[in-house]
Amino acid sequence: MTTRTADDARALVLDALRAVAPGPELDALGPHDDLRDTLGLDSLDFLAVVRRVSDGTGIRIDEDDYGRLSDLDGWVALLTRPS
Amino acid sequence: MPSLGADMAEGTVVEWLIGPGDEVRRGDVVATVDTEKALIDVECFESGTVDRLLVDVGTKVPVGAPLALIATAAPGGPPPAGPRPSGAPAPAEPPPPAAPPQPAEPPPPTAPPQPAAPPGTGPPRPRTAPHPAGRSPLTRRRAAAAGLDLAALPGTGPDGEVTRADVDQALRSGPPHRPRISPYARRLARERGLDPTALAAGTTGPLRARDVVAAPAAPVAPAPPPPRPRSVTAALMARSKREIPHYYLSTEIELGAALERLRRHNLAIPVADRVLPAAQLLHAVVRAAGAVPELNGHWIEDRFVPGDGVHLGVAVALRGGGLSVPVLHHADALDLDALMAALLGAAGRARSGRLRSSEADGATLTVTNLGELGVDAVTGVIFPPQVALVGFGAVRPRAWPEGDALVVRPVVTATLSGDHRATDGATGARLLHEIDRQLHRPEDTA
Repeated sequence: MTTRTADDARALVLDALRAVAPGPELDALGPHDDLRDTLGLDSLDFLAVVRRVSDGTGIRIDEDDYGRLSDLDGWVALLTRPS
Repeated sequence: MPSLGADMAEGTVVEWLIGPGDEVRRGDVVATVDTEKALIDVECFESGTVDRLLVDVGTKVPVGAPLALIATAAPGGPPPAGPRPSGAPAPAEPPPPAAPPQPAEPPPPTAPPQPAAPPGTGPPRPRTAPHPAGRSPLTRRRAAAAGLDLAALPGTGPDGEVTRADVDQALRSGPPHRPRISPYARRLARERGLDPTALAAGTTGPLRARDVVAAPAAPVAPAPPPPRPRSVTAALMARSKREIPHYYLSTEIELGAALERLRRHNLAIPVADRVLPAAQLLHAVVRAAGAVPELNGHWIEDRFVPGDGVHLGVAVALRGGGLSVPVLHHADALDLDALMAALLGAAGRARSGRLRSSEADGATLTVTNLGELGVDAVTGVIFPPQVALVGFGAVRPRAWPEGDALVVRPVVTATLSGDHRATDGATGARLLHEIDRQLHRPEDTA
């Protein structure tokens, strides 16, 4: 089992976010900024991000995980946890 | 020109994706039309061979005007090269010979292949001369075989008609005005941010999908469409408030069991098929509309005309402001998963500014869900000529009486705006109660 580095995970999530909500807000995004508020994501957008990251990592992200995915750090923590 | 919205009177063709000689199938996207509200990908409603394009890029024409002439294939036989016999039904029939638009001026014979002029750069206005495209089937066949757009050739015949000699002259003097590009290849190229015309310039034959796939991908995605003017929404909403005597109802719906069913449903299916609570609410509305048909339809000329199925308009907020309302046709034939897929597709196209013609018009009931914006409830404005609009606010944990106790449950406020000319409050109340009932029927949701 390989473990993804935090940098890899962050880049992956940012790529997914960029595909869904490109713009200056994304470039200025901090690790603890609320993603939905800062980027104006609705549930369709958020699902699109989840799908992209699930596809890109092979990690199945369930709705029960959503509570931890409100900011970039939460995503990085989920994607770098030992599998 | 199909009607692409209840308020649409005319549209401008901004791009043709087909040319004379192309085979088209019913449902193919054949053109892009600017309705001043949105760019819409117009789907063909007939299968056959494109005989002629009747409207130039950049030309504004009224709803109902023919856009192209399509020769339909006879059953079991090859498609005729010319127009169908006049007795046959013909949705894409040419206009009466009075004053059809004349095509853009032809390019100089030595010019390289030119793409159709982009909108806004001053394409020639239509003149009032008869259409010069060849009337002879032979001429048309010859031009089509060579990939020439007859309408773009200089005509030396009577009334500027393009003759066989003109076609031969064009063949001798240079490359065709319009590169041949298969509709699929054009679509692929657009999805990949490539210019199909530029790609076609580098090939000798027609541009095919495989040529597009082989081409290096464009470095950046195409820019998002510019924001649409407010004027169309403004006119429609002003008309609604001027003409429709609204009544308003609201009720709170407890969603604990429904959301739990949805959660279990989503655990059992791939992430790609995941169903959102928003789709679950839409699904309940669709079923309720089937049970209360008095609110599903149109108010036309002082009477209610019920819908032939539930065609659900879904208000979608656009990134950067504005509103688009794609229509999920025959939503009553979709199960929850299919409704979710339809919502995903339509919302995605609405946000990219490229709705399909089939989803731009014809809603019999509209839903607006402002829960994402964090508001508790919405008292909406009906989209004429519909007679009702259902609104949802945010799903929030709230105190909910259960037996003698108060418990915390996820709750949503559902509202109904009704047209008092068509129905009374009692009918509206039935719809809201039916939505509630649908969300509490385990076998009907996920």
